[in-house]
Amino acid sequence: MLSEIGIGLRRNLAMTISVVLVTFVSLTFVGAGALMQQQVSTMKGDWYDRVQVAIFLCTQDSLSASCSGAATDADKAAIEQALASPPLSQYVSEVEFETSDEAYAQFQEQDAELSASVTPDQLPESFRVGLEDPERFGVISESFQGSPGVEQVVDQREVLEPFFAVLNAATAGSLALAGVMLVAAVLLIGTTIRLAAFNRRRETGIMRLVGASSTFLQLPFLLEGVIAVCLGAGMAGAVLLLAVDRGVTGWLAEQVPAFDYITTTDVWATIPWLFVGGIVLASVASLVSLSRYLKV
Amino acid sequence: MIRFDDVTKTYDRTARPALDGVDLEVSRGEFVFLVGASGSGKSTFLRLVLKEEDATSGAVQVAGKDLRRLSSWKVPHLRRQIGVVFQDFRLLPGKTVFQNVAFALQVIGRSRGSIAAAVPEVLELVGLEGKGDRLPHELSGGEQQRVAIARAIVNSPAILLADEPTGNLDPTTSLGITRLLERINGRGTTVVMATHDDDIVDSMRKRVVELVDGHVVRDEHQGGYVTGAIPVVPAPEVSVDHRGAAAVDVPADGRPVAEQGGGAR
Repeated sequence: MLSEIGIGLRRNLAMTISVVLVTFVSLTFVGAGALMQQQVSTMKGDWYDRVQVAIFLCTQDSLSASCSGAATDADKAAIEQALASPPLSQYVSEVEFETSDEAYAQFQEQDAELSASVTPDQLPESFRVGLEDPERFGVISESFQGSPGVEQVVDQREVLEPFFAVLNAATAGSLALAGVMLVAAVLLIGTTIRLAAFNRRRETGIMRLVGASSTFLQLPFLLEGVIAVCLGAGMAGAVLLLAVDRGVTGWLAEQVPAFDYITTTDVWATIPWLFVGGIVLASVASLVSLSRYLKV
Repeated sequence: MIRFDDVTKTYDRTARPALDGVDLEVSRGEFVFLVGASGSGKSTFLRLVLKEEDATSGAVQVAGKDLRRLSSWKVPHLRRQIGVVFQDFRLLPGKTVFQNVAFALQVIGRSRGSIAAAVPEVLELVGLEGKGDRLPHELSGGEQQRVAIARAIVNSPAILLADEPTGNLDPTTSLGITRLLERINGRGTTVVMATHDDDIVDSMRKRVVELVDGHVVRDEHQGGYVTGAIPVVPAPEVSVDHRGAAAVDVPADGRPVAEQGGGAR
């Protein structure tokens, strides 16, 4: 008799561990997807808040067709005038002028070694134009591309687009993987509860006969599922914290310091949702399974 | 207390109904033997009373409630008014006698205090005083069945259903168990005992309802396992043509036995 209970318990333990592990992996992917999206929006917000379009002016060495030597003060005044008056002014939120010296200083900051091989006057002066709507880059580009004194109009978002594309693809990938794992988790929880109900059919049979309510009957099984999922969510949270702390804050932010990155604060904000999602998932899976295998 | 009106129960897989047009009424405080061969529908009858199954057609009323209209969340409340005992005792092997009985009260949310008061009392009633600390495997079959009975009645149910409670016991022990059920019946609990133990039925002279292939073929007060003076009317005729608890056996002198509650010997 005792060995029977022991066997049942061991089998159940293995099932519980597998539920924990599967939810751990699936919630890790869910969390990773959520954090990558947060990274994308952090970067977008950061970048869009700053400057979207750079109007690079001609330098004395410029070879572009629209350039005949360095841009003159009259060219600059014309550009500034155009940005400040209708119809363009409605698209523009702010305009900054960056001198060659400022550009050189920033270059030095980013890459001291490379900047040593250029002089400030080789770097173009530029208007940095912030847009009300970053998507309306085309208006500025068409207005100034080829204007006197303008060498090139660059949408600086393009620099980030490939990066966003990678992050978006990774998000989609991890969410797809998470979806598959979550389906596995739901099925596994259902099976586990079915097994547990079978193993305890003697007790539950008596409970039903003496009139235990369905809550009393089903709650223990429900709680088992929820506890297992919470363990999985906790492990997923720990892994995400570790990954962001070591991988992003501790490594990526040092290697590529130009951007803002998500921090463990963002992870802490994400973790409760992993728990909520996991608990909802486990409850639904449990109740569906219980309504089939543990009727009153 | 229990009332069946033209109740038919057909399980999905079988073509033949387990119960077929059964009319039966069990009054408050009655003691009824439900007899018949295996597969005659005794267990189905009990399962319908417990609403473990729903009747395919007809009305089942238990303790004043129409079970067709009883929503599933109220079923536990119905079952708290019904105690059940089985042939195989169904005790929890890891729990002591006391814990087994207390379990029935714990799972319906009784307080610890009322459990501590009720359990020793009921153990004394079934003749198990002082054995509360034993484990089921340390007890004899008769004692185990007494534990099961204690568990069934500890919540003072209005109805006690016993599904072949003596099926695993020797004749002497069986009689003891039946006497215990009679004593419980004497305290006001309606008892329905399904059995095919002819000695017990014969010795008790209680109301006997006989089922054959899902039909009630006999309903005698103070009956025996097989009917005494009265020949058993062929089953199909009786159950198809008649309705009502009384419409079964009529003794030689013509008085309807079941209604007058006597004389059928």
